[in-house]
Amino acid sequence: MAADLDIILKKYKHGRREDLIPLLQEIQAENGYLSEESIVRVGGHLGLSTTKIFGLATFYDQFRFIPSGKVHLKICHGTSCFMNGSQSIIDKIKEELKISPGQTTRNGNFSFDIVTCLGGCFHGPVIMVNGEYQIHIRAEQVPALITKLKFIIDND
Amino acid sequence: MLFTIQVNNKKIKAEKGETILSALNRNGIIIPTLCRMKEFTPTGACRMCVVEVEGKERLVTACSQPVEEWMKIKTHSQRVITARKTIVELLLSNHPDDCLYCDRNLKCELQRLSEELNIRERRIKGRKIKQRLDQSSPAIVRELAKCILCGRCIRVCEEVITSTSLDFINRGSQTHVGAAMDRDFNFSSCIHCGQCVLVCPTGALHEKHNITEVQEYLNKHDIIKAIQYSPVVPAGIAGELGIKYSRDFDKNLNAILRKIGFDKVYTTGTGTDVCINEVALQLSENIEKKADKPLFITACPAWVKYAEQFVPTLIPQLSTVKSPQQITGILIKTIVAGQLDVKPEQIFSVSVTPCMAMKYEARRDGMMRKGISDVDSVMTVRELAKLIRLNGIDFTNTEKEPADEPLSGRSSSAALAEVSGGMAESVLRLIYYRTTGKEIDKQVFKKLRVSATFRDSAILIGENEIKVAVVDGLTGLEKLRSAQASGTKYDLIEVMTCPGGCIHGGGLPFITSKEDLKNRARMVYQSDDNEAIALPCKSPSMINLYEKLLKENIEISDKSIFFTHFEKRNVLL
Amino acid sequence: MEDLKTFLINKVLLFESDTLPSETEKVLQQVRRDKTNVPVIHISSNTSSIIAGSDKTFNAVKVYVEENEPTTLTVRVGCSGPANYEPMVCVQMPGKNKLFFRNITEEKVEPLLNGVFHNDINEDDLLGQTGSKGFEFWPGISFINELPFFANQKRIVLGNCGCYDPESIEEYIARGGYSTFVKTIRHYTFEEVCDIIERSGLRGRSGGGYPTGLKWKQALNTSSNARYLICNAKESDPGSFSDRTILESDPHRLIEGMAIAAYAIGASNAILYLKSGSDYARMRLQTAISMAREFGIIGHNIYSSGYNLDISLRQEPGAFVCGEETALINSLEGKRGMPQLKPPYPTTSGLSGKPTVINNVETLMNIPLIMKNGPEWFRSIGTETSPGTKIFAITGRGRMSGVIEVEMGTTLGSVLEDIVDGIKDGKEFKAIQLGGASGSFITAENLDTPVDFDAMKEKGFGMGAGGFVVIDETSCMVDLVRYYMEYLRNESCGKCIPCREGTGRMLEILESVIRKPVNEDSGTTLERFKGVMQLETISSVMKDTSLCGLGQTAPNPFVSALKNFREEFEEHIFDRKCRANVCRGLRTFLIDVEKCTGCTVCAGKCPVNAIYGTRLQPFFIVEDKCIGCGVCFDVCKFSAVIVK
Repeated sequence: MAADLDIILKKYKHGRREDLIPLLQEIQAENGYLSEESIVRVGGHLGLSTTKIFGLATFYDQFRFIPSGKVHLKICHGTSCFMNGSQSIIDKIKEELKISPGQTTRNGNFSFDIVTCLGGCFHGPVIMVNGEYQIHIRAEQVPALITKLKFIIDND
Repeated sequence: MLFTIQVNNKKIKAEKGETILSALNRNGIIIPTLCRMKEFTPTGACRMCVVEVEGKERLVTACSQPVEEWMKIKTHSQRVITARKTIVELLLSNHPDDCLYCDRNLKCELQRLSEELNIRERRIKGRKIKQRLDQSSPAIVRELAKCILCGRCIRVCEEVITSTSLDFINRGSQTHVGAAMDRDFNFSSCIHCGQCVLVCPTGALHEKHNITEVQEYLNKHDIIKAIQYSPVVPAGIAGELGIKYSRDFDKNLNAILRKIGFDKVYTTGTGTDVCINEVALQLSENIEKKADKPLFITACPAWVKYAEQFVPTLIPQLSTVKSPQQITGILIKTIVAGQLDVKPEQIFSVSVTPCMAMKYEARRDGMMRKGISDVDSVMTVRELAKLIRLNGIDFTNTEKEPADEPLSGRSSSAALAEVSGGMAESVLRLIYYRTTGKEIDKQVFKKLRVSATFRDSAILIGENEIKVAVVDGLTGLEKLRSAQASGTKYDLIEVMTCPGGCIHGGGLPFITSKEDLKNRARMVYQSDDNEAIALPCKSPSMINLYEKLLKENIEISDKSIFFTHFEKRNVLL
Repeated sequence: MEDLKTFLINKVLLFESDTLPSETEKVLQQVRRDKTNVPVIHISSNTSSIIAGSDKTFNAVKVYVEENEPTTLTVRVGCSGPANYEPMVCVQMPGKNKLFFRNITEEKVEPLLNGVFHNDINEDDLLGQTGSKGFEFWPGISFINELPFFANQKRIVLGNCGCYDPESIEEYIARGGYSTFVKTIRHYTFEEVCDIIERSGLRGRSGGGYPTGLKWKQALNTSSNARYLICNAKESDPGSFSDRTILESDPHRLIEGMAIAAYAIGASNAILYLKSGSDYARMRLQTAISMAREFGIIGHNIYSSGYNLDISLRQEPGAFVCGEETALINSLEGKRGMPQLKPPYPTTSGLSGKPTVINNVETLMNIPLIMKNGPEWFRSIGTETSPGTKIFAITGRGRMSGVIEVEMGTTLGSVLEDIVDGIKDGKEFKAIQLGGASGSFITAENLDTPVDFDAMKEKGFGMGAGGFVVIDETSCMVDLVRYYMEYLRNESCGKCIPCREGTGRMLEILESVIRKPVNEDSGTTLERFKGVMQLETISSVMKDTSLCGLGQTAPNPFVSALKNFREEFEEHIFDRKCRANVCRGLRTFLIDVEKCTGCTVCAGKCPVNAIYGTRLQPFFIVEDKCIGCGVCFDVCKFSAVIVK
């Protein structure tokens, strides 16, 4: 991981503060999260204190500080999906997985985020499972979906 | 260019380019503010200073809106008062209710606002902020539940101290102020200077309390209780207790301290004199050897921590002489222990300082001898005032008493050292005297006495021209670096973290204006002019110490107790 | 024989006159696939259609064509508008009018194409045909432009969407694209362009309605050695997807608009600030920008005009508040996205202290059209104070949903009736909401308000950026207001006290209204009522004193809901009833004694032990204890638990 970090940091050799967010976004895209080591290295590279970078990264939704799960769910909570019942889906997922949005289960299998408007307003509620869309989800289908995903993880 | 504006139906004069607030203040109209700090650009975070301006749809913040000709302003209309009241009520809705137990009870800005706005009912109820108590730092305690997110501490730490140890974390109602990776303070790059404590409006940041420990030990009868205080403390105490300060108030303070229960009362000034002396010896050696690198004065423990973290390459250039507090402390534990014929562990040694970082310094590795700390407990001036009140001392009616021997006297250099530039001046004065036999004309140091974050000068002593630099507040380090980069070679550099020097330390009463600071500096310069003994080597306590006591105590006669060491620190920068 | 790129550059972009010679036109016709001698199939391909399955449709079409009609061209195009008809397929048989089909999922491809290629059109999924001169008309099939959804729109900004392959710059140039930009930079000065836009009366389409030309002039007239143009393509409003549709369907026109705007303010750097997570839009934009670079639209000394321009793409890291100008600029500078005091305004001192203009996607899409057709043409559309058109993203309970464009001055009622075609499933209309999370609710008595900045402001609501949500009786207004307040509380930046604390307190009070605690008594009713009265004070202080637009408009949904639906609030507070049966905490359940078998499952699951009975006898629910969680309803296998 440190070697990849070097490659990414080299791309931003000028080390200006405007590059901070694109740099963090690249690291996040590469590793799935921002580790403490990467934040410290970025701070050293740009001449910014770790505190400032951490403060900035926690402000935005995109950055995670723990790795996301093997299955990452994104649940659309835009107005249309809300009116079609996405709140009960979110509650059900919280119940089944026992984690909050942004967290990962202890065994590292699942994590989920709440996002606004994926764009499938007519086919809501919409969720994304590891990048794939699933439409017209109902709260009753959630337990079966989780079981199916657990099965896939175990047998991967 | 002056023009007229109308405020509350009265005409007043305002200057083009100034803000509404400054125009109002100049004309005696006071409106409440909260997040505002003088000499810092406004951020508009608290919205307390809103006023009604005719023609504008919404209320505007007076701290940032520039005045325009013929503006019609209402500062206390019903709409404005409701807005201010609601804002404070919103703050109170998730603020803990323990004013009675809070460190800032009776001195809190939020309490004052609540009283001013006549808030008498808990109308808005809310979920309280998550409690988090961070007591990991030896000097500063954070209570996040009381934080109102004004952002003052962050700005001071970034813009004045440049160590940027604090920032906002998360967003919205989840926001809180924290250090890197949201860890506790002792993992961060905090240098414990305490400037953040001075600006915090509530009890969210305050000093670690040693007063309970001290009170406990005061009740023990088989322990010798010794206390030392630095030269600026008497002025600070007078201010805290609300009594008039006189030049020899320190004699009253000695009596007060004895009444509280301290067996021995010493002045840190003796230690300062030793410190100046040893630094002068080091500098003279450097000059003789024609050393290439400058000598940094290390009386400021926050600066030392800063150097160990951020510029470890400077560590070889730091003077290994301990700070005045530690020197006095070790003298108590060795010479005084010998005189009283007790073991060092039977002495409980307390130090009263204007500084917060001294609490951290007393715990450093290198500040102990044979497992016993040089100084056992450090209290700030504010804490001493509380201790005096706690013990019911009638401080308006005390005798004048001298401090105890052998650490009772000091030269005026020791007092001067607490102003930025003073220590460097004192060292050079001593070297001049030793070289020429005469006392130097103080006019030579004019350039070092101006108010700027970086000052330098060249002083001619004998055949050598000694280049000296003074960094007043860590923002001056940049200027030092560029001066050195352009080729100037300094012999002596003094760095003080708190702007203005120890007279603006984190442990002194809160000051509200730059005028206060100037007054304190002026008092120090005056006492330096008027006191009889200017040089450390002429102080009787010093002479006694070096000629007699150190020689008598074989164990410490090599003076190694006056020196310490430094190391690179591994913290999250 | 020169290649297409050189041909387009020399014969089209650099051609001085407005009308092209007929030989050039002939080539362009081919590029546009106007008249072909092979069949052409267009498949819609953007995020909303992909969610509906258009990727699979495309693959199915490709497979069919390879096996059966290998000369057919298959092209991916953008979105034509109606989201509920996705995936849309358009078939163009040689010499005949185009035919449009809707909801063509993967399994419908084969039967459909079988039919079309054998002249046997299946009427089920047929939308209609387009009528064009010189093409054969399909007898017995209606015209798509006569459908009320299309007939009542004026699609000029969206004119290209769904008509061409957004990844092909050649097609865009063939449709007249980029030549306006080249002419502008070669023949007009900065001031002249600003003048033209000012005379056209174009107003910012992000909701504020500030005159665009005026904003540009402010930046142009601030002396500086650099200026920036930022296109705010963030669109984080929940329920708004019009910007994303434009980015995916017609990215080139946006780039042209940005380029002209950058030129007008004398900026050589333009930044597109894109929403995070919209990978498809990002991909289309990156392709478009690199193609524009290849064709010399972006670069140095563009087309010998002496003008340099660079466009870069930045993805926002996820904060709604970064839609505010100063917060956006802070985010670009690598700081926390917290808004700052204004003055100074960004047009005087913005990104890196230089004059910066931030424009919305829709505003910039209008620019090439105004420069091409002139400001008087623009003024002839719309109303006196708000010329032009407005794009809305219709969502909610209407029969039709999708991205539409109407002329300013159209009444909201006619949008609802004619374009959206009323409410689905015969339910009753309640309100529409314009402008996303900070928008007010508009009830039936205000439906005659025209779409116009000033007319709406007079009535007390704003236009917003384009969100248009249709609400019917199945939605609970209190719950909806709570949802918006939760969103705003999560997105508040936390800098100023009124917004940070105010949104939190308002949310808590609203939650106490829709949830039922275990032990209710009359004291708590008074608490709730007092709480709701507090909301009014907090709302007005938030409006008056918040630092930025988020806090200032956050109370809007609550205030307008309280004004228009006061009885619903009072029912929730005093009667503890939710008339839409949405608020879980306020539902009451009872057991149908006819259906109950006494299996005891519900009693076991009840978290508050509110269900009593003896085995094999019908059970009953104690209403006072019931908290309305609905577990018994979920677990009963005999459907014996019903909602009162």
